[in-house]
Amino acid sequence: MATFKEFRNNVKPNWCPGCGDFSVQAAIQRAAANVGLEPEQLAVISGIGCSGRISGYINAYGLHGIHGRALPIAQGVKLANRELTVIASGGDGDGFAIGMGHTVHAIRRNLDITYIVMDNQIYGLTKGQTSPRSAEGFKTKSTPEGSIESTLSPLEIAMSAGATFIAQSFSSDLKQLTALIEAGLNHKGFSLINVFSPCVTFNKVNTYDWFKENIVNLNEFPDYDPSNRMAAMNKIMETNGMLTGLIYQNKERKSYENLIAGFQEQGLANQDIQLSQDQFEKLLAEFK
Amino acid sequence: MISQLSWKIGGQQGEGVESTDRIFSTALNRLGYYLYGYRHFSSRIKGGHTNNKIRISTHPIRAISDDLDILVAFDQESIDLNSHELRSGGVVVADAKFNPVLPEGVDAQLFAVPITKIAEELGTSLMKNMVASGASWALLGLPIEVFNKAVEEEFGRKGPAIVEKNVEAVKRGAEFVLEQAGGPLDAFKLDEADGKQKLFMIGNEAIGLGSVAAGCRLMSAYPITPASEIMEYLIKKLPKFGGTVVQTEDEIAAVTMAIGANYAGVRTMTASAGPGLSLMMEAIGLAGMTEQPLVIVNTQRGGPSTGLPTKQEQSDLNAMVYGTHGEIPKIVIAPASIEDCFYDMIEAFNLSEQYQVPVIVMTDLQLSLGKQSCEELDLSTVTINRGKLVRESELPELETHQLFKRYELTEDGVSPRVIPGDKHGLHHVTGVEHDETGRPSENAGNRLRMMDKRLNKLNGLQIRDAVRSDSPHDAADLLIIGMGSTGGTIDEARSRLAEEGVSSNHITIRQIHPFPTELVKAELNKAKKVIILENNATAQLAAQVKLYAGGADKIKSVLKYDGNPFLPSEVHQACKELN
Ligand SMILES: Cc1ncc(C[n+]2csc(CCOP(=O)(O)OP(=O)(O)O)c2C)c(N)n1
Ligand code: SF4
Ligand SMILES: [Mg+2]
Repeated sequence: MATFKEFRNNVKPNWCPGCGDFSVQAAIQRAAANVGLEPEQLAVISGIGCSGRISGYINAYGLHGIHGRALPIAQGVKLANRELTVIASGGDGDGFAIGMGHTVHAIRRNLDITYIVMDNQIYGLTKGQTSPRSAEGFKTKSTPEGSIESTLSPLEIAMSAGATFIAQSFSSDLKQLTALIEAGLNHKGFSLINVFSPCVTFNKVNTYDWFKENIVNLNEFPDYDPSNRMAAMNKIMETNGMLTGLIYQNKERKSYENLIAGFQEQGLANQDIQLSQDQFEKLLAEFK
Repeated sequence: MISQLSWKIGGQQGEGVESTDRIFSTALNRLGYYLYGYRHFSSRIKGGHTNNKIRISTHPIRAISDDLDILVAFDQESIDLNSHELRSGGVVVADAKFNPVLPEGVDAQLFAVPITKIAEELGTSLMKNMVASGASWALLGLPIEVFNKAVEEEFGRKGPAIVEKNVEAVKRGAEFVLEQAGGPLDAFKLDEADGKQKLFMIGNEAIGLGSVAAGCRLMSAYPITPASEIMEYLIKKLPKFGGTVVQTEDEIAAVTMAIGANYAGVRTMTASAGPGLSLMMEAIGLAGMTEQPLVIVNTQRGGPSTGLPTKQEQSDLNAMVYGTHGEIPKIVIAPASIEDCFYDMIEAFNLSEQYQVPVIVMTDLQLSLGKQSCEELDLSTVTINRGKLVRESELPELETHQLFKRYELTEDGVSPRVIPGDKHGLHHVTGVEHDETGRPSENAGNRLRMMDKRLNKLNGLQIRDAVRSDSPHDAADLLIIGMGSTGGTIDEARSRLAEEGVSSNHITIRQIHPFPTELVKAELNKAKKVIILENNATAQLAAQVKLYAGGADKIKSVLKYDGNPFLPSEVHQACKELN
């Protein structure tokens, strides 16, 4: 069985020292090993951004696509071969700005994939512009007077879109993050894991210390019941989205693959595609 | 006796025009006639004039006709809008309900049949289509049993009572009109057809069928006219073969999902029209850069923007050839017949895997939606070629940290391909410039090698019938060049030109990109003058011909971009004027 080391490759990430994304990378590698995967059984599909580079830093199958489209690509991979474990990942701009439409619909569709967002409240790769996750008043290169748009709450959106698994974590808490990714991988359906992953270079407000001060950890509430949708929504609003842990999980709803009529357990990619003469004639008969 | 005639049914959208046409033509197909249909419709669902025209013939025909023999009208508007097409001595069968009148100067026979009244007497005005098609059938003097059989098949699953009612509607329509006309009309007596039932379908169905035969098992798409029928066909069929169709949130999701699925080893397509293709451009570049197979159908309609969404046009050529930033290898094919729609899909899927490139199959609205007779389709000629896809068992073991050379530099530029899940196939894929294992690289030497590798893959590519040629003359007065659905119309014009002593050759360019330069050059050399015919305003095909094959001094363009397909008479006239 593979250990987390097998999910490491020899590429040195080009992230800034101290970037939150390093821990996300490590957590994915650990979680993949912990759930018993082999590298070839995992496909990591990422978007564009500093965070999007992650697929190149994990020893598994990986596709680094285009900005905002990690989710549809990942869903294509899963539909083509449901025997694979598929992780989609990217930044807050990737998933909640340019790719927001896909995020909502991927949630609704509920294919069995795990979506990990590295949320640094800023655009890192393009060197510091505002993101939908930036706080009102946040000054960036593109908002020199401070952001005048309201901050997007991906957790509330995910709740209302019918998500079956919503979690949030923090780069500094490798243990919790790893456990949540494991839970996401084990969840039979779409899992959204939003990770506060500080950008040490361009975001001088939402720093490691700032998160430590502001986060509420659900692990400290033993009575919290993640299967209660109403309670989950309340908790998100109560904490203004600044909570970590497993926020909501619906284990009842079947994943998309399991709802498609006639869809088999065997991955489509492993099935025979040759049509027989008999099958062909049946198709032709309709046109006579 | 005549060998062909044209029939049209007109009315308000949602009033049964489609179903009248369907039943009438299904019955004609039973008798073995060749059929070629044209749908005139607007983007409204209910209301608004719509009409369907079919050409009926004892020999293969692939064009709409200049004129009209029989017009069936559900309302006065249908008469007012279409009677100018009637040939002198033509016939109008109209619903007596609206007291039909023929516009002044129209030399035609009018039969006012109480279409709605008969239908209502039998229980529902929905049966207007039966009364109307029954009356048409009777005027042509065709055997009623054949028609009743078609009715039975259409309504059989609704039970014998419904069948009986509809048969009665047909009978009453027929009786009424025959009494008025004093029997079937001699002038419209068709020669007997060969009695061999043909395949009868629209281009989009042929595309769907071809995709299934090609081994396509997934489709991701977003609805749009005139592409949606492909998706609707595949959602009915793919589940029978283990696959499925996903209606995505937009065309960007559609194309990227298809890229993901192709990457993971399943033949997957998407289909759209101009607006959707515009949205897909960035992703097509990703497929080109990462060498993923991808098949996209573009059913062209009138642009730009929303343009004429339900009308004929061939104006996306430049966008298909040049769209997407940077430089990638890409194949653009334009099927030119209903049979092409089938076989080209198989070719498209094969090419996309053999060369690991995006392939765009570009039809036009008339080819996609015109219902027509199709030659027998032969599965035995279909071979699935997956190119350099390596089987897992053939992969040599990789050492620690060693990656599979997914982008290995090879003689022909095409690298071996593995799919996720393969044990010794780990590699990276990125739209960033990369090395042989897929790892990002900005090294200048690597950049040049990789660009050349990708861009040279298609050197010398020649698809099946890249240029379809009907060039009987070594020195023709005229060479006519077209693409897509215009071929049949061009051929009709040519036979008229031949009667006038003008010799002409005809080529259809099917491989739009990479341009089949040598093949076209050879044809240009055999003609004094060249006419390039296309449904757009800026002569996009002509620009390609001139750019690659030359001949600018003898090429003239005939363009039509009012939303309607060319008529044979228009092509004939234009050729005469330009010759
Ligand atoms: C279509 C397109 N538009 C713009 C860009 C430029 N771009 C690259 S990454 C990015 C935003 C990155 O922010 P985020 O997704 O939050 O990722 P981060 O770098 O913060 O991890 C932008 C705008 C692009 N690559 N593609
Ligand atoms: S710019 Fe910010 S997000 Fe990007 S690597 Fe550096 S710290 Fe990380
Ligand atoms: Mg960011």
